[in-house]
Amino acid sequence: MNIKVLYFARIKESVNYSSEELALPTGITTVQLLKQYLSTRGDTWAKIFTGKLVVRAAINHELVDDQTEIKAGDEVAFFPPVTGG
Amino acid sequence: MSISVQTDDFDVGLEVAKLRKAHADAGAVVCFVGQVRDINEGDLIGNMTLEHYPGMTEKSLQAIEHEARKRWNILGATVIHRVGILKPQDQIVLVAVASAHRGDAFQACEFMMDYLKTQAPFWKKEHTEQGERWVEAKASDDEAQARWKDTL
Repeated sequence: MNIKVLYFARIKESVNYSSEELALPTGITTVQLLKQYLSTRGDTWAKIFTGKLVVRAAINHELVDDQTEIKAGDEVAFFPPVTGG
Repeated sequence: MSISVQTDDFDVGLEVAKLRKAHADAGAVVCFVGQVRDINEGDLIGNMTLEHYPGMTEKSLQAIEHEARKRWNILGATVIHRVGILKPQDQIVLVAVASAHRGDAFQACEFMMDYLKTQAPFWKKEHTEQGERWVEAKASDDEAQARWKDTL
């Protein structure tokens, strides 16, 4: 299944991507599993997605938790805790 | 409800007047203005860059106003948040709320700011003499949001 993944703020800078189209392998069906999948891309990715960093996720512009299911065509975003205002 | 995410500055007087004039039944308009501080964590701040998530930002600000409407009698609200490069003492955010009586507007305005701080996808990066750094989220902001839990 194909999805779009966006990265923001310090996560975007670390992984050096702002967005990408991803063809997910079978079985990657939740935010948690997607994080695990991304963490296999190398040290930088592992530090972000399995480390102590707090990583928030949104699907189609709604904040979600790690157990949320991902569907084909979703826009998934990863970012640090927000600091506006 | 008027929401704007913009690089340009805003005129608080004009925004309050617009809100006031749009609601003849409003007896109160409360507004909060945030400005960029010149010192953070003991360091002088040169500039600040504000990043956001276009699309989600606007939706989350709408959702915050919707949550406020469930709790208080609000006649209208304006939220303006700036993005891009800002310098100390620049205005960064405006939340203005109109209601029939002051109590609703005071509380809704504070509620909307507390939610904006913890829910709306904005990120600040400070430029100091020591270099650039992303601003860390504060536990006190989470606590400020949490205290509204029982208001619904």
